[in-house]
Amino acid sequence: MSNIAVADAAAPPTAAKPFLTRLGAGFINRLVIIVPYLWLLFFFLIPFVIVFKISLSQTAIAMPPYTPVLDFSDGVSGFFAGFRDLNFDNYVWLTQDALYFKAYITSLIIAAISTVLTLLVGYPIAYGMARAPATIRPTLLMLVILPFWTSFLIRVYAWIGILKPEGLLNQLLLSLHIINQPLVILNTYTAIFIGIVYSYLPFMVLPLYSSLEKMDYSLIEAAKDLGCPPTAAFWKITFPLSLPGVIAGCLLVFIPAVGEFVIPDLLGGSQTLMIGKTLWNEFFANRDWPVSSAVAVILLLLLTVPIMLFQQAQARAQEQGK
Amino acid sequence: MNTTWSRFNVTSIVLGFAFLYLPIVLLIVFSFNESKLVTVWGGFSTKWYVSLFHNQGLMDATWVTARVGVISATVATVLGTLAALTLTRYTRFNGRVLFSGMVFAPLVMPEVITGLSLLLLFVAVGLDRGFFTVTLAHITLTMCFVAVVVQSRLVSFDRSLEEAAMDLGATPAKTFFQITLPVILPAIVSGWMLAFTLSLDDLVIASFTSGPGATTLPMKIYSQVRLGVTPEINAACTILIAVVAVGVIIASIANKRREVQRQLDEQAAQRG
Repeated sequence: MSNIAVADAAAPPTAAKPFLTRLGAGFINRLVIIVPYLWLLFFFLIPFVIVFKISLSQTAIAMPPYTPVLDFSDGVSGFFAGFRDLNFDNYVWLTQDALYFKAYITSLIIAAISTVLTLLVGYPIAYGMARAPATIRPTLLMLVILPFWTSFLIRVYAWIGILKPEGLLNQLLLSLHIINQPLVILNTYTAIFIGIVYSYLPFMVLPLYSSLEKMDYSLIEAAKDLGCPPTAAFWKITFPLSLPGVIAGCLLVFIPAVGEFVIPDLLGGSQTLMIGKTLWNEFFANRDWPVSSAVAVILLLLLTVPIMLFQQAQARAQEQGK
Repeated sequence: MNTTWSRFNVTSIVLGFAFLYLPIVLLIVFSFNESKLVTVWGGFSTKWYVSLFHNQGLMDATWVTARVGVISATVATVLGTLAALTLTRYTRFNGRVLFSGMVFAPLVMPEVITGLSLLLLFVAVGLDRGFFTVTLAHITLTMCFVAVVVQSRLVSFDRSLEEAAMDLGATPAKTFFQITLPVILPAIVSGWMLAFTLSLDDLVIASFTSGPGATTLPMKIYSQVRLGVTPEINAACTILIAVVAVGVIIASIANKRREVQRQLDEQAAQRG
């Protein structure tokens, strides 16, 4: 790990310090970086390499259920010989079975639609919060964050009781004579949309709020004074200024929603097709580890661009915070 | 400012919060339902809470979840704080881009990918799946959330305080424990709580990385939910919500007190 050079800027003024203290400080500085760095390398990055490796192996009836691939047990020459045995069957399999292709496309479309819906629901909330009297803003913020603390699984589960045919929503609508027949919502894509919008709403509202709150409201007043109608002022001033929040919020919703498992499984029923569910079934029901690894690799490739955009947005926000 | 808080804004906030809270409120209300049918009100009863405590499988799962949560949140808080210090203090080292990538990516990474990749790692290194592997997996996931929370506090931290302490002869370690740590402590506490609730909450990663004998509460709830909605699950969920709500409220009261105390101290200092 010698390549991790500690920035001099971070080191304290050391000229008058004894050598040992200086050594200690440098060592601690290094440790601060090295410990989380190594942890993430080992538990976050290396696992992806392993997923990729397993995706090139074949299913076997064994534990673990795949043939060894690129193993160092035969020494380095065995490792390189292993390249000849690499098999891309799992990837070929993914392209041949239309099920996977459909699952990827459906997941991307569902995630995109849900992201737009979450933005439409979240924007007025964030806007209202940012315009609220300064004294009650912390309370409102707390109220948005609070559901995030309650279990994701519980919040999704709560919707089953509301959406099912004899559920609370249908009871209400029937008793108000708005509908004559119970609506079928549970186990449809509509239920998935509701579930995603509901579960991910705080992720959308928080970045929107933080960029809307920073906005200088006198800009709107100036536009108004100059005769600009409110809607035009919104599209010309407020929305462009809140764009960093919009982008951050959309990425925070879109990326995890593509691979979502709990919501399509509990609210979408068996008919709906999403890739997170497909991966889960390949792994737990079919016990096909190589194919589920291949599914994960392709999913990761699909999400590379949005994830990199997200990291850039995060890094930029961090720079601005300084 | 009040004039600009129009009727539209008030309506959107009220509707928004109704949307956020109504499902949870309904869930809690129906946990006190006498009837076995979750959606038909049959009178007030606490019998589901009683039967909950006689459900040995559920109680075991709760105990496993609590232990995983406390251990993983504590380790994740230490690692996450170190990661946050690295991100804000050391702006120039080789591999910094990779490091910040590894901190931010888990925040949005679909859980099925994280779960699968961690499982394959544990199999590759020959670790038996169980309590230990779930804990390791949760540390990895939650330390990134802690890092983001602590980092947001560190960014607004006035570095001149540290420089002053070191000019007065404090060692870096002493400066950290006497100056930096107290200032970022609220963020560290809320980071710990976030890590704990994320661990308490996680179904997907736990399902991949757990083994026999280490069934967590979400796994248990999930397997029962698949069989149908029952008031007993509502009761279990209500208790979970109550535990978290009490924790959050205590933390925010403590935070507020500290803030008031700080303001009083400042006023006293100014009066000299």
